[in-house]
Amino acid sequence: MSSEDTVDCGRRRLLVATATAGGVAGVAAAVPFVASMLPSERAKAAGAPVEADISKLAPGQMMTVEWRGKPVWIINRTPEMLATLRKVDDKVSDPKSDKPMQPEYCKNENRSIKPEIMVTVGICTHLGCSPIDKFKTGAESGVEADWPGGFLCPCHGSTFDFAGRVYKSKPAPDNLEVPPHVYLSETKILIGEDKKA
Amino acid sequence: MSSLNSKLQDLLGWVDARFPLTASWKSHVSEYYAPKNFNFWYFFGSLALLVLVIQIVTGIFLVMHFKPDASLNASGVPVAFASVEYIMRDVPWGWLIRYMHSTGASAFFVVIYLHMFRGLLYGSYRKPRELIWLFGMGIFLCLMGEAFFGYLLPWGQMSFWGAQVIVNLFSAIPIIGPDLSVWLRGDYVVGDATLNRFFAFHVIAMPLVLLGLVAAHLLALHEVGSNNPDGVEIKKKKGADGIPLDGIPFHPYYTVKDIVGVVVFLFAFSIVVFFMPEGGGYFLEFNNFDPADPLKTPSHIAPVWYFTPYYSLLRAVTFPLFGIDAKFWGVVAMGAGVVVFAFLPWLDRSPVKSIRYRGPITKVMLTLFVITFFILGFLGTKSPSYAFFGAIPGAPVAQILSVFYFLFFLTMPIWSSLDRCQPEPDRVTDK
Repeated sequence: MSSEDTVDCGRRRLLVATATAGGVAGVAAAVPFVASMLPSERAKAAGAPVEADISKLAPGQMMTVEWRGKPVWIINRTPEMLATLRKVDDKVSDPKSDKPMQPEYCKNENRSIKPEIMVTVGICTHLGCSPIDKFKTGAESGVEADWPGGFLCPCHGSTFDFAGRVYKSKPAPDNLEVPPHVYLSETKILIGEDKKA
Repeated sequence: MSSLNSKLQDLLGWVDARFPLTASWKSHVSEYYAPKNFNFWYFFGSLALLVLVIQIVTGIFLVMHFKPDASLNASGVPVAFASVEYIMRDVPWGWLIRYMHSTGASAFFVVIYLHMFRGLLYGSYRKPRELIWLFGMGIFLCLMGEAFFGYLLPWGQMSFWGAQVIVNLFSAIPIIGPDLSVWLRGDYVVGDATLNRFFAFHVIAMPLVLLGLVAAHLLALHEVGSNNPDGVEIKKKKGADGIPLDGIPFHPYYTVKDIVGVVVFLFAFSIVVFFMPEGGGYFLEFNNFDPADPLKTPSHIAPVWYFTPYYSLLRAVTFPLFGIDAKFWGVVAMGAGVVVFAFLPWLDRSPVKSIRYRGPITKVMLTLFVITFFILGFLGTKSPSYAFFGAIPGAPVAQILSVFYFLFFLTMPIWSSLDRCQPEPDRVTDK
């Protein structure tokens, strides 16, 4: 006896329709659970901009402020530090900052609003470690013999120059992110907002 | 006395009429016939079960005192980190329970790696045991998940940055990656939401799946019967009573044998728990004694030892491919390095199962693979700029070995069928 003789097609159709409806309901029931793992409203609201006072930041020094739980570095670059940027143009993977890792107003040769003041998120674009400042030059830095100064990520060895540009053939794919920021005065920076309007 | 005995017999009869208690005991223990030639390598299955019990029991008691809370307490220390210190210092015997749990994590991987290596030696994954192997792979993946989720809970520097790196691995997946990693974290950075959900995964979700898989692993094993060091099927030669001629009941023969293994294991386990719970920085990493600081990565971060071979695979890919970043392919290599074991039943084309009857190619390849696994594991604990003896750079060595790691598996269908094998015996040997 073949199955076609015994199958009641009307009931089979009803079974398929019921199972389909049940399946759809099951998937729909999963939505709230999956969605509950997204950032909560409180987490979304926590991204308020922060103010940084750079009046005490001497040339050659850097400071770290926390914005959205991430370290944001402010580096007061000396003319020597800025000079190294031009020397490594051919060694970094995105020298002209073509990838959108910075606001439009920082898409320039120093990746900053004021040439000397660099503002960047200190999170490696590879897997999110925070690179370490290696401002000493040459072999003394422990990086490499002709190191011009910059940053080294301890996790996977990516290196960045003083403008947060990543060197070629390193695991990190992009330059360090420049957050939106604006100067409230000569010595006050607001990070997280640029008042485009 | 005899009336008590008969009362107990009646009780057993009452239960058996309602639940297959005696029948289950017989089919899985007292009348489960295992090959009589099990050797040293067959300790690790039962030891894995023992470690699972240790982890569950110690875990329950740790949960009574641990607080998955990343906010800072009155002294400015994260509550989760402080609760682990509280367990270590103030909870009576808390230090012992925690060290048993942390040592148990490493012991679990020691035992499971040896258990898997046994499978490689004797072809235990071959037909008809493919599903046992796949369930076992599921257990291995769950265990890695357990270890990863659990490692975040103490909320130390390594906890934080380890989770940061691993969750960011998912952001390497094209298109959906960045949103996926936000969904996994529940925040834009690793934070309180991440800690809470990892706690839920670590103490509820993963253990439930793990227990289910362990049950499936054992049911499948008891369906087809155990392999043995000769790799021959004992079910092919049965006596008049239908019992395999080379089979002996699991209980009392192997329960007693396994107790010897348990005693030796507990010796080693106790030595670590009492005298070297940090395992030289390999079992508990020193950086994790600092509370998590989202603004500062420790100068050297590395995963716990059991993840380091795959971590080396991840780091070995430093070049983009097909227009996609190196980061993505590193993640692919890492994932593939774990999952590739699942394909062994279909990659191995040798006519015999056990290493005892396989030829020189298999022996050389397996030896090289084990050496590769160890060196990759070693390099994974070191910084990318590490050099052997200060002269041979580690990074290219890891790259070459990573290629061999995959070649071992991908070329297995060729070399396993080319190898000169000896004929298998009809019955197990007494070696």
